[in-house]
Amino acid sequence: MIARHQSILFTVLLAASVGMGVALWNQLEHAHQRLLAGEDSAPTKAPDVAPAEQATLLVANDNDNSLITETQSLPLPQDAESRARVILGKLLDLYAATESTHPVSGGAGSVAQVFLLPAPGPDSGPGGPKPAESKSGGANGPQLAVVNLTGSFAASHPSGIEVETLTVQSICATLHANLPRVTEVRFLVDGQPRATLAGHADLTRTYLAADAVPVAGAHP
Amino acid sequence: MRWTKSFFGKRPHRWALAAVAAAAASLSGISQAPSAPPAPPGHTPQPAPPPPAPRFVVVLDASHGGDDTGGRLGDEQEKAFTLALSVRLRSLLGARGIQVITTRESDTNLDANRRAEIANHANAQACLSLHASETGSGIHLFASSLAPAASNRFSAWKTAQAAWVTRSLALAGVVNSVLLHADLPVSLGRTTLATIDSMTCPAIALEVSPTRGPGNAITADLDDPGYQARVAGALAAALLEWKTEVHQP
Repeated sequence: MIARHQSILFTVLLAASVGMGVALWNQLEHAHQRLLAGEDSAPTKAPDVAPAEQATLLVANDNDNSLITETQSLPLPQDAESRARVILGKLLDLYAATESTHPVSGGAGSVAQVFLLPAPGPDSGPGGPKPAESKSGGANGPQLAVVNLTGSFAASHPSGIEVETLTVQSICATLHANLPRVTEVRFLVDGQPRATLAGHADLTRTYLAADAVPVAGAHP
Repeated sequence: MRWTKSFFGKRPHRWALAAVAAAAASLSGISQAPSAPPAPPGHTPQPAPPPPAPRFVVVLDASHGGDDTGGRLGDEQEKAFTLALSVRLRSLLGARGIQVITTRESDTNLDANRRAEIANHANAQACLSLHASETGSGIHLFASSLAPAASNRFSAWKTAQAAWVTRSLALAGVVNSVLLHADLPVSLGRTTLATIDSMTCPAIALEVSPTRGPGNAITADLDDPGYQARVAGALAAALLEWKTEVHQP
């Protein structure tokens, strides 16, 4: 014979267990709903895609040590620095593709940033005016592009004078072809100066962008 | 007057004439060297010895070395290939009577500045920086991309080659011509290489690659002894040709 108080205790515990189960089930449902609500807060509208524009790429060819002009249609942002990065990304995508005439792995992600600064003029020596004060720093003055490449790109770049020189020249010439105000180019790797790209091409110097643009019918 | 008479003797004008003559002789470069002894009777005078041959020195710079292995060439490293080419070329040039100075003779570390220092101290008529790569086809010749500049007494170390770029381009032209004559595919270009940019001599960088046929198929690889011999022989012939151009009046 079960004592009365034991029956009452058993009933209360059973009711509490069922109640807790229901409460947990409700919590689970609420959590699932909150998760779905969180996903709903993600952008559901497609971002505005910039209209496709023509970009001129100077594509390197290892077989004859030349740069070949190629026109590509791709969406380009209005901001000049982002624009430069997208164009260089497309150039490096071509190099990373199979059947490339200048095989270099890495692709678009190899260009970490492109900064555009007023180019230091010839009078920017120790006694000369600061770049911000000089005429070259004006709204339409020449610009220095600082291209920050990733360390993995430099580490995986093939070693050789020709192949490294072509990479550097094609980047300089492509920048100048699409952003004519870019007259000088400097390179960083992971934000730091680096002696050479992969053992040969000197990355410590400032490149004159116009020098890299090939004359029609001539090699760089 | 009494003092002059006691010092110069009774005829001071003779002393004065002798002093004027000595001064004139020294100004005109005539020395009072004893005259050559007369040739003994019956002895024909020896012809004057020929003037010494004009100095012609070539600097061979085998790139990389030590910890800097350079590029990977199949099973070989670029530093070993360039050293072997340098040694072979030195032998060929030495056999042709050309004085050669090499930047390294073993697997040692050398930075770009030290290489340029060796070349600049040699006062050479040709400086070759030797490289190798698996990319491209044939021989790639490069001169510095620095803009030609007038020679100055003092020049910046990193752009010292600017005063020599015109001569370097002429050297590249001669080497290009001879290599083409030897049926080797050649491409010409300009580059930024710290080693040659600091050299004060006609300087070129030379990169040896496999030769390729249709479809990019390799026709002569870098480890082919016959290809290596052809390249070295053609380079020796090119430097001999450059020597004759340098010494032309």
